Amino acid sequence: MKLNKTSLKFKIIDVFYITMMILPIVFGIVLQVLTKPMSEGIAITGARVYFTIPMPVQDFPVTESQVNSAIVLIVIFFFCLFITHGMTKKIDLKRQHIAELIVEKVDSLVKENMGEYFKGFAPFIIAILALSAFSSLLTLFGLYPPTSDINIVGGWAVLVFFLITYYKMKCGPLNYLKGFTEPVALLAPINFISEFATPISMAFRHYGNVLSGTVISVLLGSALAGLSSMLLGSLPGFLADIPLFQMGIPAVLSIYFDVFSGCLQAFIFAMLTMMYVGGAFDLETYKQKKAQKSAKNKQ
Amino acid sequence: MELAIGIILGCCALGAGMAMIAGIGPGIGEGNAVASACEAIARQPESKGSVTTTMLMGCAIAETTGLYALVIAILLIFVAPSLLIDILVDTMKSL
Repeated sequence: MKLNKTSLKFKIIDVFYITMMILPIVFGIVLQVLTKPMSEGIAITGARVYFTIPMPVQDFPVTESQVNSAIVLIVIFFFCLFITHGMTKKIDLKRQHIAELIVEKVDSLVKENMGEYFKGFAPFIIAILALSAFSSLLTLFGLYPPTSDINIVGGWAVLVFFLITYYKMKCGPLNYLKGFTEPVALLAPINFISEFATPISMAFRHYGNVLSGTVISVLLGSALAGLSSMLLGSLPGFLADIPLFQMGIPAVLSIYFDVFSGCLQAFIFAMLTMMYVGGAFDLETYKQKKAQKSAKNKQ
Repeated sequence: MELAIGIILGCCALGAGMAMIAGIGPGIGEGNAVASACEAIARQPESKGSVTTTMLMGCAIAETTGLYALVIAILLIFVAPSLLIDILVDTMKSL
């Protein structure tokens, strides 16, 4: 199929992808404006519950963090479609360079940290990285970041825990159980606890970082509001309501807490996933077992 | 009753503040890590990229204990008081 990038159809599809990237964010902002009570002011709140679906055992609440992570998913999906739209062997679109850069970087990162055996893991790693980074960056639009909800991050950590256990089990369940008694058999209970400490510490690290940024921003915001009302409060008329100190100063903190910290935590979550999963699998033992099995089958 | 609620709120705030003493440990640890990374970069400027990545990873892992304290402090401030006051009110009713 010959691709004509100046054709009308190509342009229409491009515009469709871009609008589908912007629309969910606009939808999220509109939903936020419509449902948030105005009188609340600045406050530290958890994820608000939009509505609950009645279920047999327990009611299923649909919260802000679920809706916002769905928004992030849709945005990333259409971003990927847009960036890979019109790919050709001979590069003639600028966005293809970005797509190739991302793929190459992630491939080399995964190969460096996990070894040749795990090179199929690259899509999973970039998926978790993009999901986490975009979720934290959602605060730039004034939306609730799903990563400051322990349930969302805990879900990812449990997924990583299952992966770790699967790759430990791959050399045989007996080998897995033997791993608990590694230096001395006496340490088995402590090894067992540290096995479950991995997902907990991963979830708490990510969630605590994002949440502490929110808490500090809110504290600073309310302190600056108090300061400006103290200084300007005695002035007559509308002059008393000017938020003098709340303009600009919180944005400086936001660069660190929202942009830098969010991206760094996403990177660290992905790096730890790679290290734990890569470290759980012992390629030498696996190869030995495979060789033994094939030798037995030949006999 | 008011006295009991006051004691609950005050003790929760005190406990939250005391939990954050754990922030000292990660502070010292991360300071050491960054100092060593600076030394390493000064000695071998060409290895700056990998040293920085490793340092950030180590800092994030050293931070974990501080974040546990933070989570406990946040639970003590936002979750614990209402739970404890509910328990108090229930026991007062049953008496």
